[in-house]
Amino acid sequence: MSAAASVPLGTPAPRARLLPSLAAVYRAQLSRARVARIPLLFVATFQSVGIMVLMRGVVDGGSEARAVVAGSSVLVVAFVALNLLAQYFGQLRAGGGLDHYATLPVPPASVVLGAAAAYASFTLPGTLVTAVIGCLLFGLPMGGLWILAAVVPLAGAALAGLGAALGLLAPRQELATLAGQLGMSAALLLGVLPPERMPGVIVWARDLLPSTYGVEAFARTFSPHPDWAAVCLDLGVCAAVGVLSLSAATWAYRRAAVR
Amino acid sequence: MSTGTAPARPQGGSGTAAADGVVCAVRDLVKTYPAVRGRRGAPALPETRATDGISLDVRRGEVFGLLGPNGAGKSTLVRQLTGLLRPDSGSVTLLGHDIVRRPELASRLLAYLGQESTALDELTVSLAAETTARLRGLDVRAARAARDAVLEELGLTPIAGHPLKKLSGGQRRLACFAAALVGERPVLVLDEPTTGMDPVARRAVWAAVDRRRAEHGATVVLVTHNVIEAETVLDRVAVIDQGRVIACDTPAALKARVSDEVRLELVWRTAPPLDVPAVAALAGAAAESGRRWVLRLSPDEARAAVGAVTGGPAFAALDDFTLATPSLEDVYLALGGRTAKGLVKS
Repeated sequence: MSAAASVPLGTPAPRARLLPSLAAVYRAQLSRARVARIPLLFVATFQSVGIMVLMRGVVDGGSEARAVVAGSSVLVVAFVALNLLAQYFGQLRAGGGLDHYATLPVPPASVVLGAAAAYASFTLPGTLVTAVIGCLLFGLPMGGLWILAAVVPLAGAALAGLGAALGLLAPRQELATLAGQLGMSAALLLGVLPPERMPGVIVWARDLLPSTYGVEAFARTFSPHPDWAAVCLDLGVCAAVGVLSLSAATWAYRRAAVR
Repeated sequence: MSTGTAPARPQGGSGTAAADGVVCAVRDLVKTYPAVRGRRGAPALPETRATDGISLDVRRGEVFGLLGPNGAGKSTLVRQLTGLLRPDSGSVTLLGHDIVRRPELASRLLAYLGQESTALDELTVSLAAETTARLRGLDVRAARAARDAVLEELGLTPIAGHPLKKLSGGQRRLACFAAALVGERPVLVLDEPTTGMDPVARRAVWAAVDRRRAEHGATVVLVTHNVIEAETVLDRVAVIDQGRVIACDTPAALKARVSDEVRLELVWRTAPPLDVPAVAALAGAAAESGRRWVLRLSPDEARAAVGAVTGGPAFAALDDFTLATPSLEDVYLALGGRTAKGLVKS
């Protein structure tokens, strides 16, 4: 504490560096999530498991079953990273909470990335539980589940960036919540239902949704001889969308913080 | 009650500010909020000039207050000082840096305690302080040391593991104040820091402020609508009304402007006994709020009035009375403040 006393009057204190402040925000957000979001993670997981139980009567194994299991697992990511993060940033902006960060010498990217990373990693257990239950329900092999270690962070980055941008750009808190809910509904309808039975326009809409590529990548790994090039391509799309949406969210944060 | 541990120091009048150690200079600051169209459930608002040509100087090491009722423009002013809000015109110079042109520098020069705690609500007291310290650029070890020192100083160590959400309003405010203090800054901007606090917590706040002033020469800009607090802790105060500074001086000098008056407060049991001629004579000069009358009178008039209401039928109808020297609230009214509602005394 006495170190600051020797700083001559007028010299600005140093900025907080990107990675340490990102780590600090990540840790704080994860602890927030632990306190406040565990019930919601249960909701997300039960919702996905429930959908799979329902779909078991409709689909008859094969590629449809893979699509259902992969879609339900990624839905947990969409629920937390897109929906809850949009709500959080909407609430933070409406409640004046951004002032706290805006009056600290912290890079905008570390606030957005720290929060997004915390929400995305918070979804991992729920996604894993959903995937395991899905494999048991539909008799799918569990050997490929390690791919979730790539799918969750990449789909998480894309969806969390989208959620954060929506939350920060929405002019009112209710609209942020609405946008988050709609995004999650889209991920549910377009991600969980097998694409084979969809009309052409809907398939187009499905291709525009970033979570689709996470679902596709995951679904491909259930086949006995996965097409790894296609998996990598799908994950690459997730990563690219993640970079774009997180940049957009950082820009939105900067815009929201100083008015 | 807040405690005034602030050492009395000689203060010049507001005119001599320019020369010695001005930390924060504000010139002709104007901010107008655009008119809001009415929506369903939300009435239309006209265009509002929240700060209307404000100029002031805050000197090194002083506790400078912004006093005014709710909606006077105090928070808009501090949001412009802290770089959170861009003024339409005017300048803010903080420690020699132009904050209007480079608002991002404000966060490296000052610590700000806003009115909201949304960002910290779900963190524990300890993590809120530590995270804030890290975001002020301290490394892990320094952040933890600063956290421990501040929590100990403010008596928050026993509740360090509780989330802010679970604390009472005053304790939560104190935890946010702790977060504002970690990672020392030469300037502290505090927006109503003691709202909802008990006397012990208030004492802790003012002791911590004084310590930073004595040890580091810290400068404090304090927003308050509490006149008692303003009188006891402030070195100088700018009285703000409708976006303008209507007076700026030491509390004592401001009070001297109305020193020829005293304040008489009468509380009646039921209706005031207007059939008593002396009471009826006072009625015209009284500001009424419910059963309470507030009168500003010369000392002689006040003595006569007290004599009249403490005898005979008037005394039977009287519940309570107080006679006091003028407070900053009286100053505010004497200077033409539009309403003293929103100023509190506690």
